[in-house]
Amino acid sequence: MIPVASMVDDDAAMAAAVRAIPRLERQTFESRALKSGLLTTLTWAAALLAAVPLFSVLYMLVVEGGARIDLEALTALPPAGFEQGGGFGNAIVGTLLMVGIASAIAVPLGIVAAIYLSILGAHTRVARVSRFLAKVLTGLPSILAGVFAYAAVVLWMGSYSAIAGGVALGMLMLPTVVLTAEEAMKEVPQRMKDAAFGMGCTRSQVIWSVVLPTGLPGILTGVMLAVAGAAGESAPLLFTALFSNYYVSEMVEPTASLSILIYNFSAMPFDNQISLAWAASLVLVFMVLIINILARLIGQPKV
Amino acid sequence: MNATMTPNRVTIQEAAPVKKTAIDDVVLDCKVRKIHYGDFLAVRDSNVPIARKQITGFIGPSGCGKSTVLRSLNRMNDLIDVFRFDGQVTYHGKDIYARDVDPVVVRRYIGMVFQQPNPFSMSIFDNVAFGLKLNRFKGDTHEKVEKALRGAALWDEVKGKLKNSGLSLSGGQQQRLCIARAIATEPEVLLMDEPCSALDPIATRQVEELMLELKENFAVALVTHNMQQATRVADKTAFFGVDMSAGGRTGYLVEMGDTDQIFNHPREQLTRQYVAGEFS
Ligand SMILES: Nc1ncnc2c1ncn2[C@@H]1O[C@H](COP(=O)(O)OP(=O)(O)OP(=O)(O)O)[C@@H](O)[C@H]1O
Ligand SMILES: [Mg+2]
Repeated sequence: MIPVASMVDDDAAMAAAVRAIPRLERQTFESRALKSGLLTTLTWAAALLAAVPLFSVLYMLVVEGGARIDLEALTALPPAGFEQGGGFGNAIVGTLLMVGIASAIAVPLGIVAAIYLSILGAHTRVARVSRFLAKVLTGLPSILAGVFAYAAVVLWMGSYSAIAGGVALGMLMLPTVVLTAEEAMKEVPQRMKDAAFGMGCTRSQVIWSVVLPTGLPGILTGVMLAVAGAAGESAPLLFTALFSNYYVSEMVEPTASLSILIYNFSAMPFDNQISLAWAASLVLVFMVLIINILARLIGQPKV
Repeated sequence: MNATMTPNRVTIQEAAPVKKTAIDDVVLDCKVRKIHYGDFLAVRDSNVPIARKQITGFIGPSGCGKSTVLRSLNRMNDLIDVFRFDGQVTYHGKDIYARDVDPVVVRRYIGMVFQQPNPFSMSIFDNVAFGLKLNRFKGDTHEKVEKALRGAALWDEVKGKLKNSGLSLSGGQQQRLCIARAIATEPEVLLMDEPCSALDPIATRQVEELMLELKENFAVALVTHNMQQATRVADKTAFFGVDMSAGGRTGYLVEMGDTDQIFNHPREQLTRQYVAGEFS
């Protein structure tokens, strides 16, 4: 008589003979695994390498600039030649003012244009051409925006000004705002629009009460990124706002900005100015960082 | 099956004055001669009267033009450039396709629930209040919203979280939210295009029960692929077929009658085959 247990064993042996049991454990030294490991390491290294400049800049900024940041630096006027102390309060105000002017121009114009591109005339020739031009404009060297604003605003008004600087920055912001806002509004699902039409909305009501609010996080993200980009620009301001050692008091006069201050002071042979340039850079980076974080927060999908 | 079975629900009272007549009280009289998409003849010769206090079911094989006819009833199809409607849809004695009629206004009286739940990306409350705002409703919005949510059998599930996004609800809840949104403004007619096709059997039952309650106050037109659903809820059933003779696939009304008659004693051979599941 054959014991039951051995019958089971026989069955198992049969099964093993017919079909080898796969080895599921990870095989570290198999060639496939080696290749994959190598690739992973390479991508890691590349990512680290790419982050090195960023972190070294940040490190230098915090060390060099952080040492100089205090209330005086944030509020006082820039020092002259051999003067000690001083700050860049006027440049902070100037940058905020010009970015504000730029946003006041680019945001409404950009959103209205995006409404046309995404909804009203999405397939018209006008839309195709202007979409293409907007894409070309995103690649426009920023100094050309300065040249344009110089010709269009500075020569016309007869003076360097915050307005001219704002126009130049606005021109740089516009394509980003248009393209991101268009994308954000295109992503609003057709069935939401159908629902609104089905409720008896006119086209403009659909846009105002459904498409814009639904696309708003995406639109604001685009606006924030454009603002952050504009805040750091220096080239377009060289021809338009120039610089000033005083707080801005009227719209039509040369106006200080952080980026130009950094440009000027970093080339000076005085330690005081150079440390102020570091501090101003830190402030500028911090501003851009905050704007970027805001953009992220706003852009997060709400559920 | 009505409000007495579900005592916690309050149905919406008196959407429209009720005539006490035995014959069907037709509120939306649809007479299609031809519906084209561009050169394509999608539907021809179909008369579908939609009566008050009834559910009118639309059944038929895919592509026979059920949605097309349904969407013609509130001029939703006007949003499609190539759409052309030849015929009449009479609402309170007025042809809604008459030249002087504004389709936007038509859609405020003839509400629509879509196949896919499509709440707006705003709070549950704002979703339901949307139509009220649109119509510049001056009264107590909260009361109306609660009434609509109760009418859509959703109130108990959402009363504590009206501020949450409508998109945070489950599919079945979203669809009931869309129904609440559609009935908040108390339209006279409710068009529903396969409202349960994205729902599970339980949610489907809930929506069906809801339709039966809604018909007390609204005229409901319901497109469905589900024969059982038609027999469960529809008072009248319109069966559409596809006519291939003219080259294209043109839909037309084969026959319309009481649901019981269509399913048990169809006059047409085609209907008999379809309801018996012999073709699709
Ligand atoms: N926007 C459109 N443009 C062109 N043709 C269309 C359009 N919508 C529908 N059609 C055509 O009209 C015919 C009827 O379509 P419809 O959507 O009304 O069918 P249906 O009966 O609702 O089908 P289903 O049961 O699959 O939903 C189809 O042949 C379809 O291809
Ligand atoms: Mg359909």
